[in-house]
Amino acid sequence: MNHDPAITSCSIDGRAVFAAPKLGQCLRTFLREQGALGIKKGCDAGDCGACTVWLDGEPVHSCLVPAFRATGGEVTTIEGLGQPGALHEMQRRFLDAQGFQCGFCTAGMIMTAAALDEAQRADLPHALKGNLCRCTGYRAVADAIGGSVEAQEDVAGQACGASLRNPFGEAIVTGHARYTMDLSADEPTLEGLLHLKVLRAEHAHARIARIDRTRAEALPGVVAIFTWEDVPRRLYSTATHEDHLVDPDDSYILDNVVRFRGQRVAAVVAESEAIAEAACRLLVVEYEILPAVFDPEAAMRPDAPVLHDKGPATLGSRGNIYAEIHGEVGSVADGFAAADAVHERTYSTSRVQHVHLETHGSIAWRDEAGRVHVRTSSQAPFIVQQKLCHLFALPARAVHVFTERVGGGFGGKQEMITEDLCVLATLATGRPVKWEYTRQEQFTAATTRHQMTTRVKLGATRDGTLTAIEVRVVSNTGAYGGHAGETLAASLGGPLTAYRCANKKADGYAVYTNLVPGGGFRGYGSSQTTFAIECAIDELAIKLGVHKFTIRRKNMIRPGDWIESVWSDPSDVDFGSYGLDQCMDNVESALASGRGAAKPAGEAWLEGTGIALAMLECGPPTEHRSGAEMRLVSDGRYHLAVGSTEMGNGSVTSHRQIAAELLDCAAGQIDIINADTDRAPYDTGTFASTGTVVAGQAVALTAAALRENLLGYASHHTGAERAVCRLESDAVLCGDRRVRLAELYAAGSAEGHRFEAKRKAYLSPRTVAFNVHGVRLAVHRVTAEVRILHSVHGADIGRLINPMQCRGQIDGAIGMGIGWALTENMIHDDGGAVVNPSLRNYRIPAFADVPPSEVYFADTHDRIGPLGAKSQGECAINPVAPAIANAIADATGVRFAHLPLTPDRIFADLGPAR
Amino acid sequence: MDLHTIRELRRPISAGSIDEWRGGYAWLAGGTWLFSEPQPALDTLIDLGGLGWPALEVSADGLTIGATCRVVDLHRFAGPAEWHALPLFRACCDAFLASFKIWNAATVGGNLCMSLPAGPMISLTAALEGFCTLWPRHGAPREVPVADFVAGNHANVLGAGELLRSIHLPASALRKRAAFRHASLTKLGRSAALLIGTRDAEGGLLLTITAATDRPVQLRFNAMPGVAEMRGAVECIAEARWFGDEHGSAAYKRHLALHFAEEIRAELEVASP
Ligand SMILES: Cc1cc2nc3c(=O)[nH]c(=O)nc-3n(C[C@H](O)[C@H](O)[C@H](O)COP(=O)(O)OP(=O)(O)OC[C@H]3O[C@@H](n4cnc5c(N)ncnc54)[C@H](O)[C@@H]3O)c2cc1C
Ligand code: FES
Ligand code: FES
Repeated sequence: MNHDPAITSCSIDGRAVFAAPKLGQCLRTFLREQGALGIKKGCDAGDCGACTVWLDGEPVHSCLVPAFRATGGEVTTIEGLGQPGALHEMQRRFLDAQGFQCGFCTAGMIMTAAALDEAQRADLPHALKGNLCRCTGYRAVADAIGGSVEAQEDVAGQACGASLRNPFGEAIVTGHARYTMDLSADEPTLEGLLHLKVLRAEHAHARIARIDRTRAEALPGVVAIFTWEDVPRRLYSTATHEDHLVDPDDSYILDNVVRFRGQRVAAVVAESEAIAEAACRLLVVEYEILPAVFDPEAAMRPDAPVLHDKGPATLGSRGNIYAEIHGEVGSVADGFAAADAVHERTYSTSRVQHVHLETHGSIAWRDEAGRVHVRTSSQAPFIVQQKLCHLFALPARAVHVFTERVGGGFGGKQEMITEDLCVLATLATGRPVKWEYTRQEQFTAATTRHQMTTRVKLGATRDGTLTAIEVRVVSNTGAYGGHAGETLAASLGGPLTAYRCANKKADGYAVYTNLVPGGGFRGYGSSQTTFAIECAIDELAIKLGVHKFTIRRKNMIRPGDWIESVWSDPSDVDFGSYGLDQCMDNVESALASGRGAAKPAGEAWLEGTGIALAMLECGPPTEHRSGAEMRLVSDGRYHLAVGSTEMGNGSVTSHRQIAAELLDCAAGQIDIINADTDRAPYDTGTFASTGTVVAGQAVALTAAALRENLLGYASHHTGAERAVCRLESDAVLCGDRRVRLAELYAAGSAEGHRFEAKRKAYLSPRTVAFNVHGVRLAVHRVTAEVRILHSVHGADIGRLINPMQCRGQIDGAIGMGIGWALTENMIHDDGGAVVNPSLRNYRIPAFADVPPSEVYFADTHDRIGPLGAKSQGECAINPVAPAIANAIADATGVRFAHLPLTPDRIFADLGPAR
Repeated sequence: MDLHTIRELRRPISAGSIDEWRGGYAWLAGGTWLFSEPQPALDTLIDLGGLGWPALEVSADGLTIGATCRVVDLHRFAGPAEWHALPLFRACCDAFLASFKIWNAATVGGNLCMSLPAGPMISLTAALEGFCTLWPRHGAPREVPVADFVAGNHANVLGAGELLRSIHLPASALRKRAAFRHASLTKLGRSAALLIGTRDAEGGLLLTITAATDRPVQLRFNAMPGVAEMRGAVECIAEARWFGDEHGSAAYKRHLALHFAEEIRAELEVASP
């Protein structure tokens, strides 16, 4: 403590630091260089708050503070606030209420919350303006700050169904959890680390005539520059699926044609990020500009410029139409002829970004043996491994891909968009290479939800019985077609299946345009058509004078119905359980209760109620598989390895609970590792609602097999009948003899017995899940402000493995749905550039934008999903936007058919008070 | 974020020591905007922090706000009771999209110099008839009304290297009764329209429109206007002033301005000071 203050740069969490920050460096990166890795980057621009620290006791966004200002100052980070075992009160609260999912926002959330005075705590919408969370919908954050305790204790034999804490919770709330970029500079594997930066296209469509790299190459510190001439000329898709054929191979690592503004043109690796960036600026690119097209209808016309001309590879697709899907069951012509009323209208949804708070990024290096290791933020590390092997012609054993904690995904990380360049550069230079997306790149050069325009035509008889459903969907997949076919199929699947009707017809087109590509996004195509159909059902109900609940109850799918969209071939979807009726009842009675906020005073406020329902087939129709391995270790604990990724969805918690139920132990007795191609069995990836129904199933099968192994050996060991042997916590009871697992292990190993099991799970049949959302809201007829007064949600997701987590997933999905409906929109200019590529100008919901929701779970137990559970992470988003749109229509008498419903897009049509 | 192109950091203790000025230089105040976007054109930051300008000085004439006064200081400011307009201080701080943590660093002067339509410190100081004192690199200080200081979206009258030194709010304006209206596309978000009306003892009304327009637009009425007069005055604002961006279309902002102008008129018309 006796350091000369003159030579002390600053104190970080009580530790004196002697280092001079670089000129122009911000405090965030300086502190991280000094080892304070608890500090996160969500935006690097002051908007998200993930980098919050205290400077001399005052909370600040460290990405905005010039580092030199901390000289002589005292910095407190999340790691200095409290430690595992000695938590600060606010850290304990976030742990007890599980005020996080992926945990990437948590350090900043806690550092902000812990600095609030009483008045600020009483006004969280204002106090948390500068803290964005994409996962929780803020309800759990409010609970945490308010001090409510949601988590339950972990009791052997009762683990499944209990609200257990995340096993990494303490690490998350103390800033010790390690995410992809959280590697300290002195990590031995990273010796000689290089930094990668990408020069991005300035035109929406152009051929690269020439790239002059002389000036860039001459810059000291530049190690290598890659352009399209330096990469394997091998086509692939950045989208990750088990079946590589469901996405078009339409991309090169680096191409000589750019098809959207922001596409990669060249990659530079250098000794520092600053040098890599400077070198990018020194590259001179000569473009031959090609005509561009942004509107999918225009792109479908015969005279439109064609984006992809890949010879026979495009067999079956026409011009810019990448995928076309048509289908009809019954005859919609007959159906409309029999209708008493027909509603027809075009609805459209907007292009939105996932905004997982941790941006994309990866780090690649080679070990002495020459193996390539890739540490990445991915939802599908095993597919990434396969794709890397394909691109670089490497055998699978030469590539190791793994994740650390992943800071949110939502489908955005079902994509390989950083790993390939890092591996390319590491293979070329022999040195470790790191690349981290900026927030701006997330908007200009990652993927988005597919923008879809849907023409809906519905017919019904006077009593509200549907006679025909017809949709035409045009999906704008942007410059590349990853996920375009699958999301299109999904858009024509669940939303049409949800209603029983003899006559259904659908036409779908996924079309290339010169915009940033579409990709997988929570709700995956289904959200878009659910929006259109659920709005249309309301319009039809109004036309017929039938109540919105009545028309849905009359037509919604029920057990015994044939589960069918527009294709009559056999399907593997089945009713493992059914709770849609309960969801409808729960939402109806909650809305009727009068709870929620009252309509604001004054006649300018119009009030309305809206509902929407959604059906989800639990898992994708394409292949998906997961494996798990489990063993007993010498101290009597279990070790579980699962391939699936945890990105805040809670699977590491629920997988342990599933295993604990089958092994009659506490979840805490099970150690888990996941998402690592070396250390866990193969898993297709955590997407398409498969974390529970496939990976969870693999865990259940494995745990059950291990139980049989243990009991079989215990019976042999004790001589007791197998039938009287059972597991109990850390022991086996064999009749009246109790053998501790550690003891059993010792005996077994001495005899050469192995206590281990491995199983795989596939996804067939698939069950169905349902969600119903209801809102009551007020619209100001002059300012067009929308205030949600009461938000209620009914979910039929089978048995709740962890109620607190299930609730969290639903809250988060509702929050995201509110953003899609009311605040978010990627805007492009006439040249195809994103106008608002920052969190300042692209507004995901903040605390103030998301009211708390009442969530009701249907009482169902699925006979297909593991231990009665069904998919839950994805589907709750689907009915939210249409419920809001329906409520606005109910309030105002005006139908707004195009998302987002921001005040400036709707004010003109509101007219005077009704 | 890191500003990778910065090669020099100067920390003067008097502004006079920076005599020459060239492209690539920038004054650094709170840094909350400078560090929030890439600044590849800059190579030198000149810190205003060491100049020791007082934050807030109260005198019989009114309030002088040093350009380096932090937003948080303004938020905490409690002035003389007869300054009826003081509630505007908090209302305008709250109108920032930026949270209280950014107020701990952001300066009032920085907000004026950014000259964004949604700059709430511009709204505040323009509505309270503030005057900017500017220090050109060479020559004598000059004074400019806040409303004229901002010339358009992200544009102002500062010459190369010229400093905003302070903003003076006259006591006469601070004593006025004020009405405030604000709207945003999202809750507590970036302003789509921020209107302030002040009423003097003689019944005159000054309406300041910001956020909806590319720079502050002020409408002065010597006597309380009627509904039609107010509406007519707002409708007369040139089409080019209405500012559309991702925080609201121009048409919407104009519509809000019309609505809020009338609300402010009605509010100030009734109650007496
Ligand atoms: C999350 C977030 C939200 C924001 N929300 C808003 C908002 O709602 N409305 C809004 O208007 N802005 C907003 N900003 C932008 C900006 O942060 C504020 O305008 C802030 O007030 C700028 O002050 P500063 O002291 O940090 O300026 P700096 O970043 O230090 O400087 C800003 C600019 O002004 C120049 N400058 C600063 N002081 C002087 C001076 N005295 N003389 C001459 N030039 C000077 C600098 O050279 C620079 O060009 C936001 C920023 C963030 C990060
Ligand atoms: S990283 Fe600093 S506010 Fe987002
Ligand atoms: S938990 Fe908040 S962003 Fe993931």
